[in-house]
Amino acid sequence: MAEVDIDKLPTYLKIPAIQKDTMAGDGPFKASPEIQDQLGFPGEKVENWQQIAIEKMAETTSKYRSVQVFLDACVKCGACTDKCHYYLGTADPKNMPVARQDLFRSVYRRHFTFAGKYFPKLVGAKELDDAMLDDWYNYFHQCSQCRRCAVFCPYGIDTAEISMAAREVMNVIGVGQKYSNQILGRINKIGNNLGMPEPALRDTLIDLEEEIEKETGVAVKMPLDINHAEVLMVTPSADFFAEPHIDGLIGYAKVFHQSGVTWTMSSYASEAANFGMFIGSYELMRQGALRIRKAALDLGVSRIVVGECGHAWRVAYSFWNTLSGIGSGAIDEYALKLQKQLDSNYPQPQHIIEFTYDLIQKGILTFDKTKNDHRKVTFHDSCNVARGSNMGNIENGQFILPREVIKAACNHFADMPKATIKASTFCCGGGGGLLTDDLIELRIKGAKPRMQALKQSQENDGVNTLAAICAICKSQFSKVLPNYEFDPYMIVSVHQLVSDALVLRDKSQTKAEDSL
Amino acid sequence: MSLTSIIFTLFCYLSLLLFIIGLSYKIIQYWQTPAPLKIPIAPAPLKVSGVIMRMIREVLLFESLFKSSKWTWFFGWIFHFALVLLFFRHLVYFWPGEIPVILMKTEPFKYAAFPLIIGLLGLLARRSFVDRLRYISAPSDYLMLVLLIVIGGTGMLMTFAHNHPNMLLVKNFAVGLITFNWSELPSDLIFLAHIFLVFILIAIFPISKLLHAPGIFFSPTLNQVDNARKRRHISSWAMQKEKQKEIFIKQNSEKDE
Repeated sequence: MAEVDIDKLPTYLKIPAIQKDTMAGDGPFKASPEIQDQLGFPGEKVENWQQIAIEKMAETTSKYRSVQVFLDACVKCGACTDKCHYYLGTADPKNMPVARQDLFRSVYRRHFTFAGKYFPKLVGAKELDDAMLDDWYNYFHQCSQCRRCAVFCPYGIDTAEISMAAREVMNVIGVGQKYSNQILGRINKIGNNLGMPEPALRDTLIDLEEEIEKETGVAVKMPLDINHAEVLMVTPSADFFAEPHIDGLIGYAKVFHQSGVTWTMSSYASEAANFGMFIGSYELMRQGALRIRKAALDLGVSRIVVGECGHAWRVAYSFWNTLSGIGSGAIDEYALKLQKQLDSNYPQPQHIIEFTYDLIQKGILTFDKTKNDHRKVTFHDSCNVARGSNMGNIENGQFILPREVIKAACNHFADMPKATIKASTFCCGGGGGLLTDDLIELRIKGAKPRMQALKQSQENDGVNTLAAICAICKSQFSKVLPNYEFDPYMIVSVHQLVSDALVLRDKSQTKAEDSL
Repeated sequence: MSLTSIIFTLFCYLSLLLFIIGLSYKIIQYWQTPAPLKIPIAPAPLKVSGVIMRMIREVLLFESLFKSSKWTWFFGWIFHFALVLLFFRHLVYFWPGEIPVILMKTEPFKYAAFPLIIGLLGLLARRSFVDRLRYISAPSDYLMLVLLIVIGGTGMLMTFAHNHPNMLLVKNFAVGLITFNWSELPSDLIFLAHIFLVFILIAIFPISKLLHAPGIFFSPTLNQVDNARKRRHISSWAMQKEKQKEIFIKQNSEKDE
């Protein structure tokens, strides 16, 4: 358990009085020149960094309407000030969404607005000096880009957009974050965040197949690089090795097995996560999306399904069609080829929850719910799924479908308090490129609002299992739950619940019954 | 015409000019800046009709603010609503020719000045006494409220405290501005202060946080339809990059090119 001073969880979470500089510091580890180099960013802080940064800000505001409008429109009404889990957990005023934006906005005002140029003191305009850059680096890496503030802002101002913009400006002047940028280097080179090469991946999957067969007596396959499978499954690489993620992967495999739909994973695109979003790089995001398009074309699949990963699903659902034409409407050669290849009877891409939910609706899956009777389950809405995507093409489907899948597999389900779920869900505290040990204090403190809500559910409904559909949430919770006196193993994948309750039949049996 | 009248007339036109040019510039800027990605925020509508309803709820009822903070919503909403009523109340002064009956009926709107002031004082109190708001406030944030309070206050002094300026002069001056048939304006100090501050407010509109008014309509998180899978959304600059193959993975090559 990491050593961080935290108070005991209160019965109700109070809005803390501001305590300046509680989270002041140097921020997370910086990326080395080699890491920066791989991504085409300068290795070290460039000499004329101020000038480059201001130029980059001008470019960003001219390319992103979101940033331009959000910088102008804020009236400092304060609605967002008590909405950020990092503010609630740390009381550092610079973790209030508006104050975080203001680090960027004050420089914008100084350089790009009349009032800021001629009356800087009046409107709080500030120069981008060393101290400001340090604050940028520190506090824009205390934002998990969860977008909770945007739900509560009367103008929809999304701090994630500002923090992405700021991180991109910093990368362009050579000040990058080690964790995110190292991972981006790996995915571009090897195809997944871990840097796990094909043979290692193949071995892992074979081991898993053996494990499932030993446990269930059914030969459930974990196919890799199978040409002309129906489904290409793209999942966060944490699913291949981390606990509890791996049990979710087993769950997907069992669902595919039962469905009779042929599927495969790709060793070339073995990662759903796309950290390009975290650092605000359209180019890197596009690169990640193109890998997946290439894999889909090479393998000749007719459907693309995405595993349990929060921001991956946001990128897949909201951005893939834009970035690489996975979906409909793109007109470049390969996108057109892909459109022909993909089956238009299904949404492209589709979430594994949508896939499983469809099968449940059609009565194809059979569950023995009593297998989960020792569990009293609650569901953590992962921020990127909850606030940046949809499922099932019905309004609020991203809240409905996962709960329906859980309820199909479990007898006992209870939601956490209303103000902490669905569109108002609290971030796990580790999203947006912050899931690194050099930010452990922030991660623990930032988890407090979620932990408090969980405690309430534990006391009121006897909840003992926390289910999630995001690799980052799962890793983060495993780590921080003990700090709040919870069992670290209470966090599970939704597809682990599915896996435990699903009644498996082996293939021959299924076929025999079908032919009857 | 007296010097005061000339100065005020010029000042009115100047502030209107700044307002129109500045605001047009900002609106064109917002209009032309692409939104490269679909970023609607939950609960996101799946259809255009849903977006329209959402905008109406946000603009007329301040729905999100209601979810965030009941006090800010209450003070903010009554202030804005009163401001709209008072705007219509003032049209009668500027109407050239015979005044339509409907405008005559706006007389009771003058009482909106009370909720206006209550709203503004409430917002000012929150800004001054809540530590989080104090932290995020620049001098301009207080000044904006003070400016509006003084405008409302001077208006109320004239309406409710027997400081009526000569209404015929007011009317002639206001209509004169519209019809370019300029005339004297009353020289009462309260009146001069009132219109001076109103035109200050109009002039600084495009260079201040008052840009939240046009801004909300351009906010991508609120105005986008959540249909990225069905319809491709792409910006001009991204399309150009795509065509020029700036970022590209060779489709037919071996792995890891």
